[in-house]
Amino acid sequence: MYTSPYIICEYCDSVYHRPQLSLHQKALCQRCGAVVARHNLLSIDQSLALSVAAGMLLLFICFYPVLMLKAQDQINSASLFDTVLALAEGPISLMALMSAFAIVFVPALQVVLMIWLLVHARGGVRAPAFRGCMRALAALRPWGMLEVFLLGCLVAVVKLKGPLDAAPTLGLFALGFLSLLMIGMAGRDVHLLWEKLP
Amino acid sequence: MTPPFAEQLNLRLCHCCRLACPADESAANCPRCGSPLHMRKPNAIARTWALMLAALVFYIPANVLPIMHTDALYRESSTTILGSVVTLWQGGAWDIAAIIFIASVGVPVTKFLVLGLLLITVQRGSLRSRRERTVLYRALELIGYWSMLDVFVAALLVSLVQFGVFGTIEPRLGILFFGLVVVLTMLAAQSFDPRLIWDTEPRNE
Repeated sequence: MYTSPYIICEYCDSVYHRPQLSLHQKALCQRCGAVVARHNLLSIDQSLALSVAAGMLLLFICFYPVLMLKAQDQINSASLFDTVLALAEGPISLMALMSAFAIVFVPALQVVLMIWLLVHARGGVRAPAFRGCMRALAALRPWGMLEVFLLGCLVAVVKLKGPLDAAPTLGLFALGFLSLLMIGMAGRDVHLLWEKLP
Repeated sequence: MTPPFAEQLNLRLCHCCRLACPADESAANCPRCGSPLHMRKPNAIARTWALMLAALVFYIPANVLPIMHTDALYRESSTTILGSVVTLWQGGAWDIAAIIFIASVGVPVTKFLVLGLLLITVQRGSLRSRRERTVLYRALELIGYWSMLDVFVAALLVSLVQFGVFGTIEPRLGILFFGLVVVLTMLAAQSFDPRLIWDTEPRNE
């Protein structure tokens, strides 16, 4: 019931008629060049499958180490949780909260909300608390930092090289896949649910 | 033919669900998602200046204070961000040094410069290269959180190297300030309204 024949560019406020886009097409703003509309690639079923996969990967790397450090007969390892806890001691526990928020809490909430919304969207209905969930997803979007953490892992591996032998583990590959999934789905096309479930 | 502005058609964009809402409706909220509607983000210029200057102030301790304290077998040392870049560079790991330098010096400094440029040109009502300035703003959104890199690297090192034959690494206050700089610059970029760049155009063509 709330749809509009118009779309508005969020960067310069230009108004256009909603275009009909076919596969891989996107519409650019004439005035400022921003993308104003794009064809969405994934169906609801596909998005749901990817969200569930992302949820399982996230659960896995919260506890399974992403890096391991071996020297002589001692082995240290770090999972997402260990990393957050490492910051919790001493004068900078605020930093532990911030990183817990960016690499555990936000991605987890994004995945949970996506699954909740999409499970109901499959049946063509709005999930309970649809508005709130959609607004939360939009607000969370800039604050998930898994891909930055991924680069951080790679840098840490190289930094520790030399006397110590830091090795990436299966968890690091899981993290790589998860970052791709989160970039691919968590922010980009969710707002289209507003149009699909009017 | 240039497209009309939303204001001319009496429309407003909802930032949350991107619905083109009729502006003459008495409600101040989007009829679809309920988030507040504004013609432009409220007090965009003042808020962005405030957040950016706060970030600039925090950027000083973030660079001066050490971010890590290393306690290896025979030597203790505290490293700042620039110090670690220099050490890595001299140690031959120029690629990692470059990544860290770009993430923790290049990205924040670029953000300060770009935000400053956008704010000043908007305040002066400049008509020059508005399209390019919009592109700059989009780039600013894109690089948003990458300067968090060094915080995560430090956290990983701290959790990997603890009480053992390798010695210990402890976090130091510099990381906290660095994290605050990232958060504040992200908030600053979010509170700026790129549509202000285009508000200089005469509206009745």
